[in-house]
Amino acid sequence: MKLKKSTINNIISYGIVIVTFIICQMMISSGSMTRSLKGQMVPICVYIVMAVSLNLVVGISGELSLGHAGFMSVGAFSGIIGAAWLRSVLGVENEILRLVLSMIIGGAFAAIFGVLIGIPVLRLRGDYLAIVTLAFGEIIRNVLNCLYFSLDGNHLRISFNNPNIPGTILVNGPNGAKDVDKIATFPVGFVLILFTLFMVLNLINSRSGRAIMATRDNRIAAEAMGINVTKYKMMAFVTAAALAGMAGALYGLNFSTVAASKFKFDTSILVLVFVVLGGIGNIWGSIIAAALLTVLPELLRAFADYRMLVYAIVLILVMLATNNPFIRSLFDRLIHRRKPATQRGGASE
Amino acid sequence: MVSFLRFFINGISLGSVYAIIALGYTMVYGIAKMLNFAHGDVIMVGAYIAFCAMQYLGLPPIVAVLCAMVVCTLLGIVIEGLAYRPLRQATKLAVLITAIGVSYLLQNTALLIWSSNPKVFPSVFNVGAIRLFDGNLVISSETILTIVANIVIMIALTLFTGKTKMGKAMRAVSEDKGAAELMGINVNRTISVTFAIGSALAAIAGVLLCSSYPTLQPTTGSMPGIKAFTAAVFGGIGSIPGAMIGGLLLGIIEILGKAYISTELGDALVFAVLIIVLLFKPAGLLGKPMREKV
Repeated sequence: MKLKKSTINNIISYGIVIVTFIICQMMISSGSMTRSLKGQMVPICVYIVMAVSLNLVVGISGELSLGHAGFMSVGAFSGIIGAAWLRSVLGVENEILRLVLSMIIGGAFAAIFGVLIGIPVLRLRGDYLAIVTLAFGEIIRNVLNCLYFSLDGNHLRISFNNPNIPGTILVNGPNGAKDVDKIATFPVGFVLILFTLFMVLNLINSRSGRAIMATRDNRIAAEAMGINVTKYKMMAFVTAAALAGMAGALYGLNFSTVAASKFKFDTSILVLVFVVLGGIGNIWGSIIAAALLTVLPELLRAFADYRMLVYAIVLILVMLATNNPFIRSLFDRLIHRRKPATQRGGASE
Repeated sequence: MVSFLRFFINGISLGSVYAIIALGYTMVYGIAKMLNFAHGDVIMVGAYIAFCAMQYLGLPPIVAVLCAMVVCTLLGIVIEGLAYRPLRQATKLAVLITAIGVSYLLQNTALLIWSSNPKVFPSVFNVGAIRLFDGNLVISSETILTIVANIVIMIALTLFTGKTKMGKAMRAVSEDKGAAELMGINVNRTISVTFAIGSALAAIAGVLLCSSYPTLQPTTGSMPGIKAFTAAVFGGIGSIPGAMIGGLLLGIIEILGKAYISTELGDALVFAVLIIVLLFKPAGLLGKPMREKV
């Protein structure tokens, strides 16, 4: 049996992720991993999924989105509420089952928001699209700051701008969710990464994926070929939103308190930085950049007050260096890739 | 009615600050086609410089503002020269990320120099207030000054871009960089001047913002920066009168929304209005529609 080249590449990708996971697990069980790094494992998984899903929008579909954290917050809060609801109403006690179901709930809600936001957003182009995604991210955060959820017996109660609701409070407006069950685990995060890779790689290598990339490269030509541009852009946008929602649910269930202010504009930008530094449209780049840059602030602890300053300088220097024609040609000569640089795409024309 | 008038005037005052910041955004976008996310942080630097000049050096407010303008102008030119000029040919996203890097850099440098403790900005221009309706409606001198400054800046900029040689060069570069260069215009210098003007305006905006809302922190500039950017898009990015109208409308909507609908949702309302406007006018209120070539 002869496998397709993309299938072989995908299998290699999954293999590398699985091997990395096994190494990490071995390090955890043998105790050679520091405590702070161990605490970072779930956030690393979350940011990897965030970066890969944003790369689907920015790199593959070619639209700059500045509000990805909005979907993460929708997923986080619906996941937290879902987890509490599953335990007290449906009596699901198994933690892993509850976590997975909550992540599905988070992903579903984020997907609904993705559709609602995508309809107006995808009518716009370029920088206007970017600013509207930013605006939606901020609106989601502001509205979440005004919402109160409680579980009163078997009823889920929601109130707007009114903290006095009966039952045990789950989400307390601007203070966010308190006393969350910390049921998120690294193995589930790892499975989420595999699932994300499976979804994204399959989408890219499918007929739909080629249509999405065609609309990115030349919208008018793609339209002339009979491709329904809005449909395919929507497909990428909603898939990314759902994955971000699942990552959000995992993130939310990893901490005992989660407030909406965690999902600010800065978080969207942080994920965008992962995508750009990793290479726009390059899924592996996103994974590596997300993992390294999530750990980097921890490693820079020695610099204490200066670490964000160092981070900023590193960011600027990397951008300057990677865009310097001299350094670029040097790299090209070093690597001697057979494929020329024409494969690069992205929200940049 | 009187309370409505009070909110309305506050809205115009806040909107004027947004408009001045938005002018910086819109000019830079018009000419360099980049979203300068560090602009909000230049505002913060301007406010800190003015604060230090008054608090530690005891300079009079006008001199302090001039100091802030000079420092911010230099800062703008240095940022443009070091961080953005090498990326002239790079992709838009690369420039955007660099701008974000500069923004982090300015914020964290400010954090190291001035610490995160909020500073209370002295009320600089408090020379009395106008009282109307038996003292029910008080218009502070800061409010009046902000509005007057806004109008003066608007007129000066319109004249500058319309009448002077440099202004003409700016318009030429924003229309077509290559053709402008062929006409003998020094494109790099024109872009530097644009950054200088935008940053000087940011310094003024910083002082005006902090005299109305007197807490000064390293993150002071980021939210007004984002809102001013929204204002610039709202009015049609690249258009000077558009930035002015966008800024004023945004300020009024924000204050009235906070007063009559919900304090928590003021910002959400601003962004919602932006989205609605963009859906019906995809290039903003006064923006030129984008033409697409095959």
